[in-house]
Parts: sequence; C-alpha cells; structure tokens
Amino acid sequence: MLYIYIYIYIYNIVRCGGSKVNLRPPIISTDSRFLLCASGDLVKVYSTRTEEWLHSLQGHTNQVTGIALNPANHLQVYSCSVDGTVKLWDFIDGILIKTFIIGYPLFAIYVSEKHEGVLFLHVSMATDSKNECFQLVAVHLPKSAEQEVEAKEMSVVSSHISSNPSCTAFGRGGEYIAFARHLQLNVYFFRKQKTCSFSLKATDKKGAKNAFTCIACHPTDDCIATGHEDGKIRLWRNFIHKKEYTYSTQHWHHNAVNTLCFTPEGTHLLSGGIESVLVQWQYGAGNRKEFLPRLGGSILHISVSSDGQLFCTSHSDNSKLLSFKCLFLPMLFMLSGDGVLTDLMIDPRSKALVLNGKPGHLQFYSLLRDKHLYNLDIVQQEYIYEAGLDQFEVVKAAFDIKGSWLATVEERGQKSSDLEFFLKLWAFDERTQSFVLNTTITAAHTDRIISMCFSSSKETTMLVTIAEDGQFKAWCQGADADTQQDQNFWSCDFVGSYHNLKPTNCSFSADSSLLAVSFQEVITIWSPETWEMLTTLCQPPGVIRDLCFGRLSCSKYLLGTTTRNLLCCWNLLTCALEWSSSVEVSKLQPDPLSENVAAFSYQSKHTDVFVFKPSEPRPLFTNKNVCSEKVHRAVFVPREEPLNNCDESSQWLNRSQLYFLTQNMDLLTFSTATEEDRILSSSKQLVIDDSVAVTPFYLLLGKHGQQQQKLNTQSHPAADKPQQPQGSVTIKELLHTPAHVLPAASVLCSMFVNSLLISNTGVQEEMDSEKEEEDSEEEMEACDSQQELRVQGSVDEVTLKLSKAQERELKRVRKTDFSWMAGLIDSKP
Amino acid sequence: MASFKPTKVQFLPKLGEKVTEETLYWKNYKSPVQIKEFGAITKIDFSPLPPHNYAVTASTRIHIYGPHSQEPIRSFTRFRDTAYGGRFRGDGKLLVAGSEEGLIRLFDISGRVALRQFKGHSKAVHMTSFLSDGFRVVSGSDDLSCRVWDVPSAVELSSLTQHTDYIRALAPSKLNPDLFVTGSYDHTVKVFDMRSGSSVMTMQHGHPVECVLLYPSEVLLVSTGGRYVKVWDLLKGGQELVSLKNHHKTVTCACVSSVGNKLLTGSLDRHVKVYNSSYKVAHNFDCDASILSMAIAPDDEALAVGMTNGVLSVRHRRHQKDKETLTSRRRRGPSYQVFVKGKNFAPRQDDFLVSKPVKQYLRKYDKQLKSFEVSKALDTALQTWTRTSKPDVTVAVIIELNRRGTLKNALAGRNEERCFCVLFFRHIFDPRFSRPLLMVGDIVLDLYQQVFHESPVVERLLQRLMEVLGREAELQQELLQVLGILDTLFTSLTPRKEVACVKTLQSISVLKTTDLSQEKRKIYHIYFE
Repeated sequence: MLYIYIYIYIYNIVRCGGSKVNLRPPIISTDSRFLLCASGDLVKVYSTRTEEWLHSLQGHTNQVTGIALNPANHLQVYSCSVDGTVKLWDFIDGILIKTFIIGYPLFAIYVSEKHEGVLFLHVSMATDSKNECFQLVAVHLPKSAEQEVEAKEMSVVSSHISSNPSCTAFGRGGEYIAFARHLQLNVYFFRKQKTCSFSLKATDKKGAKNAFTCIACHPTDDCIATGHEDGKIRLWRNFIHKKEYTYSTQHWHHNAVNTLCFTPEGTHLLSGGIESVLVQWQYGAGNRKEFLPRLGGSILHISVSSDGQLFCTSHSDNSKLLSFKCLFLPMLFMLSGDGVLTDLMIDPRSKALVLNGKPGHLQFYSLLRDKHLYNLDIVQQEYIYEAGLDQFEVVKAAFDIKGSWLATVEERGQKSSDLEFFLKLWAFDERTQSFVLNTTITAAHTDRIISMCFSSSKETTMLVTIAEDGQFKAWCQGADADTQQDQNFWSCDFVGSYHNLKPTNCSFSADSSLLAVSFQEVITIWSPETWEMLTTLCQPPGVIRDLCFGRLSCSKYLLGTTTRNLLCCWNLLTCALEWSSSVEVSKLQPDPLSENVAAFSYQSKHTDVFVFKPSEPRPLFTNKNVCSEKVHRAVFVPREEPLNNCDESSQWLNRSQLYFLTQNMDLLTFSTATEEDRILSSSKQLVIDDSVAVTPFYLLLGKHGQQQQKLNTQSHPAADKPQQPQGSVTIKELLHTPAHVLPAASVLCSMFVNSLLISNTGVQEEMDSEKEEEDSEEEMEACDSQQELRVQGSVDEVTLKLSKAQERELKRVRKTDFSWMAGLIDSKP
Repeated sequence: MASFKPTKVQFLPKLGEKVTEETLYWKNYKSPVQIKEFGAITKIDFSPLPPHNYAVTASTRIHIYGPHSQEPIRSFTRFRDTAYGGRFRGDGKLLVAGSEEGLIRLFDISGRVALRQFKGHSKAVHMTSFLSDGFRVVSGSDDLSCRVWDVPSAVELSSLTQHTDYIRALAPSKLNPDLFVTGSYDHTVKVFDMRSGSSVMTMQHGHPVECVLLYPSEVLLVSTGGRYVKVWDLLKGGQELVSLKNHHKTVTCACVSSVGNKLLTGSLDRHVKVYNSSYKVAHNFDCDASILSMAIAPDDEALAVGMTNGVLSVRHRRHQKDKETLTSRRRRGPSYQVFVKGKNFAPRQDDFLVSKPVKQYLRKYDKQLKSFEVSKALDTALQTWTRTSKPDVTVAVIIELNRRGTLKNALAGRNEERCFCVLFFRHIFDPRFSRPLLMVGDIVLDLYQQVFHESPVVERLLQRLMEVLGREAELQQELLQVLGILDTLFTSLTPRKEVACVKTLQSISVLKTTDLSQEKRKIYHIYFE
C-alpha cells in the first residue's frame, strides 16, 4: 500500500503523496464510483463520492505510464509502466491478477472492445534517448495460467508515432485507429489493413501553426477531431476515401489544444488548453459552445464517465476537478509537485503542512488524514493563463509560534530586470478560522528578500527579513508613530547591516533573546531588545548557508553550516567553536519539541540523514542513502500523541516526525513499523465504510442479515466458518449491482415478504439454507479472487469466463420455480 | 471554478490630516448663507434667549436677524455715525451699542428709539457691554478710558484710565458682576474689579489686542492680537498657558463653542480656525474676505461670520433629520423593498440557514478586463474624473495591464485625443505612482516616436513634460546630496558602531535619478530629431 524502501532495523522511508498525478489521463470506472490515476509507480484509486483516496495499486517498479479498463471485465484495469510490464488489477480490492512482461519500456496503453486479448502499446524503439522513435504495437496476450507471463506475440501497427499518447485514438469502437504526428494524420483501418494519411502544411499565409497536439474519435460517427498548436480544432469526415476527405475548422483556444474528448453518446466534444477553460462544443451544431472558466492550472486531460454525467479534468498544478454537469466539486488537490518555492512549514494551529498550492495560493495539507484542507489566496489577483507570462508567485512564508500571524512574500519578474515583490502579514481570524490580510508592505527592501523568520517568544511577535540589498529589517506590530494608523498594523522597527555584506540566513534563539544573522562568512549576534550587536563569530571560511540555535538543554549552542563542507557548533557563552565536522550539509532542521537537529548531507550523489544533539558531535541516528536527490526542504511535524519507543535509535521520532521533500518533489518521511500497521488497518477500514451505503434496503436487509448471523451462531456454535463482517457481502453486492443484472424482482420480493413475516421454524430453515448457500457462494468468490490463478488455470478460455454477477444470476434463474411453465405446457394439446 | 478577482487598488495612507470625530463635527455645517450689509461688520452677538436672534453691527445700523431669516426682523438705524459693539443683555431684552461720536445708546429690543444715552466719552466707543447684574453698562473707548454706567439713572459710575492706547477689546465676567477684562492697543490685557476701582491684573500680550474672551469657567482668558492667540490662566495670576500662531494675519475675533468649549478664532487671512482641547487646529473654515467679527450660537447651532466687505455669512448646523430626508428622497421605489425582503426575518434556533451567494459587482474597467478588452479598460481608467480624483485607480489598472503583459497593446493605436489623455497625467512625480507612469511614458515614446511631429498639441505637452522632468531630476539630485551630508553626520555621530541608523531617512523616498534623466534624454532626443 505504501511504497517502502527496506532499510535498517525498523525504519522505512515512506512516500506520502507528492508525486505527479497529471502525467496520464485519469479514468472513471464504469459505475462512476471510482477514479483511477497513475501517480509515480502507483495507480491510485479514489472514491468519486467522498473524494478521498481509498488505496493504491502497487507493484510497478518504475513510472506508470498508462491505465485502461479491461473491456472484457469492467472491474479490472490494465496498467503499463516504463519497467516493461503490463499488469492486470482488480482495482476494487486492489489485487494484482496478472503480469505481462513485454520487455521494452512502455509509454501508453490502448484497448478496444473489438480487439479482445490484444493490447496496443507505445514502445520506444530507439536505443539512444536522443532520437525519440516510438512505435505502436499490438500485443496478443498469451492465455497462460501463470501469474507472470511473457508476451512475445507482437505486431507493429505503426512505427513513427508521436510521443504524446493523446495523439492516438480508437474510432468507432475499434474499427480504425487514428494517430497523428507533427503534421500528418494517419488512420489505420483494421478490416482493410490499410493506412490512409492526410497531411497539412506547416504554416499557411495567416501564420497558423498546424501541428497536431491531440486527437479524439467520435464514438458512433465517422468523425475525427484533432487539436492543433495554434488552438484550432478540426473535425475530419469522410476519411475512408483518401481523396474525398473533408474537414471543418473551429477556433476558440488561443493556445495549443491540450486535450479533446467526446462524451460517450457523442453529443458533445470537450476541449481544454492552457487557458484553463473547459469548452463544451455541441457536436454537429457548428460553433455553439459552453464554457467553464477558471478551473485551476491549465487543463492537461479530460475524461468522461460512461454515463456522461461526470467529467474529470486534470490540471498542470497537480489537481483534479470533478465536475458533475453543473455542480462543481473541487477534489484531490494533492501536494502540488513542481513549483514548490516556499519552505515546508507546519501551521501551529491545524498542524497542517503548508506550501505552494494553486498559482498564487498557499495550500494547507493535512498529513494525518492525507487530505488537502484549503487554499489560502495570497496574491489576490486574477491569474492569467498564458504561456510565458511572468506572474506573482508566493516565494516565502513563515508562521509565528502561536500560529496567529503568517508572513508571506510574493514576487514577480525574477527573470526580467524589474523585480516586484510584496511582503504581506496575515492575522488569524478566530471567527472565520482563516487568515485575513493585515498589512501589505510594498517596498520592504530595495532588493529581493532572501529569508525571514518570526521571533519565537510568545509575548511579542517580531519578524526579521533579510534581503539581497545587504540589510536586515525587523518588523513590529504598530510601533511606528508616523503612520498615524491604528496600532495593529506592522511597521519597520530596525534596520541593520554589517559592512554592506549580503546576509545569507537569520535565526532567533528559542527564548528569542538573541538574533543570529549570518553575513557571508560572518555570524553576527544581536539583542532584539536594544538592537545592539553583541558579538561576531567568524572563524571557519566559507559562506554560511544555514543557522540554527540549540533548544532546551542545548540552548547555549549555535549551529552553522558553510559551503566549505563544514558543520560548526559555537558555544555562545564562551563565544568559541565547540566542535566542527566536515560534512556537506544541504539542510539543517531543528526539531521544535526536542533538542535534536536533523542534517541532510549530499555526498557522492545520494543524501544521508544525521540526527544529533548540538551538545555532542556524535550522531544519534544515521541513515545513509535515503534518496538520490538533494534535499532542500524538510520539516518536523509534531505528533498528536507521543510514541513510546524505547529503542534508542528511534527515540528521536517519538515526539515529532520528519518529512522532507526531494528535488523530484517526492515527499518522504521516516516511519516506524507500528505506525505502518496502523495506517494499513485504517485504510482497509475506510474501504468497507465507504462501500456500504445506508439505504432503506440496507436497513431492512441488514437487520435480516444480522438476525441470520445470530441464528447461525446459535445453531452452529462450533462452526469454523468465519463470521461475515457486519452488512454482509451479499447485501453489499445486492445493493450495489446495477438493476439490470439483479435477479428478477419476484425472487427478491419473496425474501422481503418473508423477512417481514413472523418466522416459524420451517421457513426459517428454508431461508437459512438459501442464505447459507448465498453466503457460501460469496465465500467461494472471495476465495476466487484471492486465488485467482488457480481458478483461472482451471478455466481454459478466459473469454468464456462469466463475471461473478452473471454466474450468480444463472444460478438464481436455475433455482426459480418454473412449475407454472410446466402447467402451461401440459395444458397445450 | 473560482470567480473573477477584481483589480486590487492599492490602499495608500493619506498624508493629510487625520480624520477625527472633532473634524467630523465641525464639517457637519451646511454651506453658508450670505447676507449683504451696508459696511464692514464689526460685531455680531447672539441673544442668550431662544430663538437666539443675533444682532449684527455694521456701518450706521444694527440689524437683528432671526435664526433662519435672511431679512432683518428688526433694525436700529438712529445712529448719526458708525455704530460699534452692539451687545445683548443677559435676559436678551436690552441692547447696548457704542458709536463713532462717543455716544452710548441703550435700546429695548421691541422698541426703535434709544431708551438711554450715555454721554461722556470724547472719542469713539468701540466696545460696550452689560455687566452680569444687568444694571450697569461698561464701555471701552478710544479716549483711553473705560467707564461704567448706571442703566436706571444713565449716570457715569466710574471712569478708569489705566490703558495708554485705544481700548478695542472688552469682556465682562458672567460670574462676578464687578469684574471685566479689557484689551488695548497698548499691548496689555487688564482685569478690572469695580470693588477696588482699578485693575487687579495686567498681562502683556505683546501686540495690539483686538479681542479678549473669557472661558465659561472664567479660569482661562483668551486674548488675540497680531498673529497671536494667547491663553492665560487667571488662577495662576495671569500666567501664559499657550501662545498660538496659526494665522498669518491679524487675529480679529475669537469665540468659544458651547459644546466642548472649543476655541474658534477668525482672522484677516480669511480663515476661521477651530482648536481642540490641546490647542491643535482641528478644523478650518474658509471665507471669501477678511474676517472682522464672529459669533457662535448656543449649542453651536449656527456660526455667523462678519467680513470687511460687509458680507455676513451664516453657517447652520446640519441635523440628522436633514440627512434622513435627503436619503429618503434618494431611495428607489419597490425594487429596494424587494431587495430587503426577508432581511428582518429572525431564524429560529434549530433552523438550518442557507446563505444566498452574494453577487459580485464589478467596476467598468474590471468588466472590460474580464473580457480582455485591454484598450477599453485603459480608456475607462483614464477618464478625466478618475484620473484627477482617483489616480490610484488609474495606476492600479496600468499595473494590472503591465502584469498581464498587454500594456503595450493597450497603449498602441491611439489617436491624438486619446494619446493626449495618456500623457496628461500630473502625478508622475508622486513617488507612489512614478514607476508605472514612467514606464507608460517610455512605451508611449517608443510607440509614437514617428508621428509626434504631426500633432502640435502633443508636441507642446511633451516639451512641458521634459521641462518638468528636468526640474524633478535636479531636485532629486539635491535631495541625494542632502542625504549624503546627513549620512556623513550620522557616521560621525556614531564613531565606533558599524550600524548607521538610517531609519529616519527612509521616509524620504528617492526616485532613481538615473531613471529620470534617461527619460528626459529620450524626450529630448525625439523632440529635436
């Protein structure tokens, strides 16, 4: 369930969210209850109803590049990965059914109802990565009973296809396949085994850019919709005859069309691009269209559920939105991957992780529940979705120790010469339970702000900012008399500098009686009360990177790291170097609840973690080779209740947990074994809770089932049959299978009526036996799914295998009384 | 799906005076009613009895006006020469006035002919007043004497000649019938006690005294003269409490408001200033001529100001009732009713409240920005009214356009008239606005470089802009020099410390001189090409 690198002792490094979920289009299950999306090397399953993450399908060893529902069984899903395998999953239970080994890195997967047992895959054929050369191959799946099968029967459908998987689409339920590359559209007809190709000119007189960006085929009509780089959408018709093809052009998008999608009935065409507007074109009605503007980041993929009720758009900011026709459910804002500019922070009130969210927003993300809480709009400006536009982005943020103040810095024009930035201070409003803008400082410094920190005392709040103009400024609430304003605005209290050197970092001591500001190679210590410079520390050479004061029993120490691979610890009482050690430290993170300090060092292409106390140079805990990227952001998250680990090497995790973000934007953490068990059990619980809905039927049948169980236990006290969980699977199954696959109402009715009657023993027994039979069926099925292999082995033809629901229906039908039929036949002469 | 976020207009702190309750109180007067008199108005006095009529002394007449009448309800015209200092008695039934010929007349309000005439002064009597017992009249004259008269018998009770110059100011005590204060052109203010028959206290004002005034508590004494207003503490033996110099011409009159005892002074510089209790100017009334006299009605209902050009200007207090009638007239008919429907409904405790979404109303420029009509949005923001009275809105739209990367598109393709309104922006040197406006100027110069010569209007405007830029650049340079001098001073003051405390200097926001000179050079270049 959670990706685990096995390491020393009880430690595991656990990946918790973070990875991109927008690489490939998500899919919605046939009954619209689940949403599946490829995320890193997992396939994540979300519930569309509660918008919560249910579980992950885990087993690939590299990036998952495509997912597709099994057309033969809508409860199964194929996933392909760069590791060269295709896996078949039962996504409701999260069970791996089969693995097909292809042997080449795979980049996309397509399936079609007309081609059972055949998968269409994007395969990279080029050995050197420079010359990208993709092929579309059809792979015939071998019908073997083993769990790992090597699929060798491959036939190339087309070589030279586009690397973009949205440039390939099946038309008319699999009669033809259309794929586009650069300026050429190819349509391959399976029946005739021939390819028609149509090409466009690169540019025309008006300067249009005609390269194809995406493609979609109408589900029932012979029509292909193509999106182009300049925002045009072309609808191709009559392409069966190579000479007589026609196309019509529609233009709304001002930039490349990222994705196109027809609704299942084919009445509408959905398109999306960088504008973040979902455009719904009416098919066959010319230019008539509807818009859904301002959805978030630019739209990368759109998928539609089979009933056409649910649209899912995935965005470049790693979020997904579910639109329910008109109603809007923003959902699954996962930890945005790219563009994390702020440090990782913890909101002291909600204990939520805070970092960049939507453009111009800070997101609050609960790590305990793995859920996005809310976005706080910092920039408060209309975001313009346009490529290459330089817009305001939150680059720095800091909380004070009580969580009642938040300071943010937003910046624009880093690339161009004229830098604009604002320092904003937000007060926590108890009534609305969110942050409200208090002060905006337009020209806080003359150059960009490098870093800032709040004082750590509870009585007075003070903010210190350091900037590239060589100054550090202290900001206080309402100290300035010249503004003549009310007393709750922030103003500058002190400006300090040291020999015009550029400051690099700043830090307050735990009791905020001291402020340390590092200027290049020198650490200056200031007293915030009198703004007197107390002392300077400057022995080891090298620009100082990170500063942190010791806490609790180690409060007399100051730590500093330099670029010259040195970690130094100063004694503030003697003003002398206590100890130093030569490690290349990229990030120093103190634990707010203990004396411990975690240091991330990057050496020979992998990151090591050291946890130590400033009082002694010997580390408490060392973990080598945590990940292969540099770590620049880390945070200690206080636990809700401290653990009681006695093991010496894990004591540092008792009070808070260490999370860190790698350069690939994976959020990793250390977790202990006990925790993992808890997470596993809780997530299982979640699945069950979700799937049993409380309906009148359930109440009726559930009561009945419980009675049944009670009776069962009474009558067979020694039966070794395991107890069904409350709200037995039968009822679950009964209530959630679509009506058309359920047994006839007459069958169910008798059961209902019986349940309402006062039971005598005879009926009871009959019912019992029926129920038991059903239960045992369920049992069998459960075994089935667990030992899928064996069962599959016994059934030779996979295609002949009926779905469980069908099977049960058959049995039911067989059981029903056809005596009235016999009467009819008898009466016939 | 988020809604459109309107353009954020930056809130900038106002540099002017602070708005307090006091200023709001004094602002709450209607626009003045102007009444033309025959000559300079030398004295205004409100009757202590309701309906608080007031006597206006001007030229050879004394008019009595009702509180809201524009025409005099009574007038006393039997003066042979200029009348001075018409004042009511404490019961509002008698009126006393001096005159240029030295005669003091006593009138009944309802009558027309003088009841008594007090003869004795040899020169003009500028100030007359009843003592607080109401049976005696005191007068101050240009013959340096100050006399007390008995009303019933019309005889002189005493004559005090202690001033050495004209007596032009007089104030009787309201608490003690034997006490009065006089001010004279000999720069002194004297307190007389009739019981001792001579002055008991003398204060040196330092300038010819135009007016004296006792606070209702009679602890503080105000004297005005020259440009100074001085407040004396009588309990401390006439010690000067404060000296105010807020007018730039002679302060001719003063009065105390009955609500909160605020001091008001009027001066020849055409201003009436209202002081708060710590003697800071809280409000300022502007008049159109030099002020000679001023009076405020009880409860501050009306402020009457008399001027040298003979115009009496009366400001009446605006009441809550007036406001209501004003707003009720503005209220729209049934649509408003519909709008407030159900507003007064109080939900019960267990009711589940569903809040109605609030409709977002956008400004015109925001609507245009929403539909990406950048050029139109800029036009809207550059409308004359917005440009002059709300430059921050215009600048906010310019900044927003720049952020969207469409400022150049919005500025391009303008004709002479529309270009003219872009260039005509006088806030270019406001340090808060100069950066975006200089950027606009830059783009405009780039865009229209070729066609500037075709329009003489724009050309003239550019020439002016260049001049102003040059002047501003010089000014900035000077400021920088001053800053440099101050820097050296600061460093010499703190010889050992590395930190120069330059916080005070930060408030002087300095434009980059280089920016300005570049701009100037550019215009120069285009202009003389």
